Amino acid sequence: MLPAVREGVPNEAEVAAADVHLRNVVKTYGGVVAVDDLTLEIPRGEFFSLLGPSGCGKTTTLGMIGGFETPTSGTIMLGDQDVSRVPPYKRDVNTVFQSYALFPHLDIFGNIAFGLKRKGMPKEQIASRVTEVLRLVDLPGYEKRKISELSGGQQQRIALARALVNEPRVLLLDEPLGALDLKLRKQMQAELKRIQQDVGITFLYVTHDQEEAMAMSDRLAVMNAGKIEQYGTPRDVYERPATRFVASFLGASNLIAGKVVSSGGAEFAEVVLAGGQTVRVPAERVTPGQVEISVGIRPEKLLLEPVSEPAAPGYNAITGQVILGTYLGVSHQYIVKGPADTELVVYVQNLGATAPTLGETVRLSWLPEHTFVV
Amino acid sequence: MSSVRARIAPYLLSFPGWFWLGLFFLLPIITVLSVALQTGNPDTGYTFTWHWSEFSTVLSNYNGELVRSFIYGGISTLAAFVIAYPMAYWIAFHGGLHKSTYLFIILLPFFVSFVIRTLAWQFLLSDNGIVLGSLKSIGLLPQSTHVLSTPFAVIAGLTYNALPYMVLPLYVAIEKIDRRVVRAAGDLYASGVQAFFRVILPLSSAGIFAGFLLVFVTNVGDYVNASILGGPGTTMIGNVIQNSYLENLDYPTASALSSILMVLLLFVIWLYARVFGTEAVEEAVA
Ligand SMILES: Nc1ncnc2c1ncn2[C@@H]1O[C@H](COP(=O)(O)OP(=O)(O)O)[C@@H](O)[C@H]1O
Ligand SMILES: [Mg+2]
Repeated sequence: MLPAVREGVPNEAEVAAADVHLRNVVKTYGGVVAVDDLTLEIPRGEFFSLLGPSGCGKTTTLGMIGGFETPTSGTIMLGDQDVSRVPPYKRDVNTVFQSYALFPHLDIFGNIAFGLKRKGMPKEQIASRVTEVLRLVDLPGYEKRKISELSGGQQQRIALARALVNEPRVLLLDEPLGALDLKLRKQMQAELKRIQQDVGITFLYVTHDQEEAMAMSDRLAVMNAGKIEQYGTPRDVYERPATRFVASFLGASNLIAGKVVSSGGAEFAEVVLAGGQTVRVPAERVTPGQVEISVGIRPEKLLLEPVSEPAAPGYNAITGQVILGTYLGVSHQYIVKGPADTELVVYVQNLGATAPTLGETVRLSWLPEHTFVV
Repeated sequence: MSSVRARIAPYLLSFPGWFWLGLFFLLPIITVLSVALQTGNPDTGYTFTWHWSEFSTVLSNYNGELVRSFIYGGISTLAAFVIAYPMAYWIAFHGGLHKSTYLFIILLPFFVSFVIRTLAWQFLLSDNGIVLGSLKSIGLLPQSTHVLSTPFAVIAGLTYNALPYMVLPLYVAIEKIDRRVVRAAGDLYASGVQAFFRVILPLSSAGIFAGFLLVFVTNVGDYVNASILGGPGTTMIGNVIQNSYLENLDYPTASALSSILMVLLLFVIWLYARVFGTEAVEEAVA
């Protein structure tokens, strides 16, 4: 039996332990709706990502949690405290800014100690905490350096240290790796994940990079045009995207229009695709009463076979014509013209099997469990 | 060939600047110093006699005026700073699209000649003028009140005339501050007041230094405000120098006082740079 579709949604106990709750939060600028009736729970101690294209309202959402923006309506709770109108300096939240925003007039010690000094921590304790956090971000002994002497990656770590040293309830990170080159970004991804696991603080990580969000997050929310499209574990959201937007934003998807012809009671519902071929999808993924749907399937889940061979029993199968093949090194990518001229993408591992030729009619088959519905 | 030309080009291009400095800066300083070492009187003329004691003579004769000049200069510089900072801050952070309009409004009175403006102040502050006269006629001030000829009048004039030289460098420095850094201070538990003193003020130090430098140097050596708004008890060192030079034709005294003033001002600037760091100075100069 497959797990329930919304497996990623936290249960009652998890909600009670959540660090951040957003309830029906709206933010408008003049006529522009930046965040549109957003409801979200971020469980304690998790690495949580807010993933969405540029301009979808991620920074605005973080700004409201950090206290730099006031919601037009709705409430923001940190633990069980309503902070919707509390100024930033009174919130137990720290931010790693997209641009780092380090203090240019202070050395590294001054930057990292800034928050602790404002909180009135004794001097000796501040010094030992700074030493400790510099070790954590792998820049031990950098206390006396100037900000201008650091590389971009090092500034990134100092920005992280400056926020983490305060041991906030929640750490907000706004595309912190956006300015780094690819290699450094990969390295910092792994390091951020390690640090989060070490300190156990809730991380709310904003990014437009779906690979980054998938690699790092315990859970993520996909955002589009000010709304949450889907919420769940990376696996969950990838395997069963709930909307067309999620299906195409998170990895590649093939979508084929169809009509539900039978769903009552059985484990699988039958769907007639445009063009007449029939496939099966898990019944619980079809909303009762829904008829016009699109069937979705990820490119790597498809098997590409010659029509001359018999189809494997229990698999969905459709036929189409190969119109393009591209060698990608680790795999081949084929474009197959399927039902109703829909162009389908297929990834085939390079295992040495004979490659299909252009124009050849092939069969695409896949397990019904791998089918999603949007 | 062209590489030789490329190498000497910067020197050739900067030559007029060096020449100008040499002619109009270095030469007058040397002249002033040498005049201070001459003796004689206006009728028979002056001869160069290595008369070093001129310096100690003028110091003991005019130490009161010297000290007063530094006090007036210091107070008026601080007052101008306290008035100008909020103005510059407001324009830089809240001026929106009309920043240059606001700056222009501040500068507008300063398109009128310095002397005329100070004379207008004399008119405003006179014993029965618009301000004092009306306050006296409605009984808010006793008839005996007067402002002209007091240190207050001179310092007020010095402060007023210094405003644009304070506002402009402050504005330039505050305008350059990255708002995201101010936001970061708020994120790190700094209240508005703390963010101002811990982040905004230190980050505007270059502008503060430039403003202090311009205003302090000008005001310590000023003689116009003291002669128009002041009285016998408010004579500044600028007035002494002017009188020695233009009325008594006592060139050695005027020259010695000018040299002493210059050295003292340089010392104060050096002290400022030592206390607040040379970075602010470099930035202000750059
Ligand atoms: N201060 C502002 N004034 C007006 N519109 C804004 C402001 N901040 C953000 N917006 C608008 O709100 C939307 C969301 O912006 P943002 O939260 O920065 O998106 P993201 O961080 O996901 O790229 C955008 O359309 C943006 O133009
Ligand atoms: Mg953003």
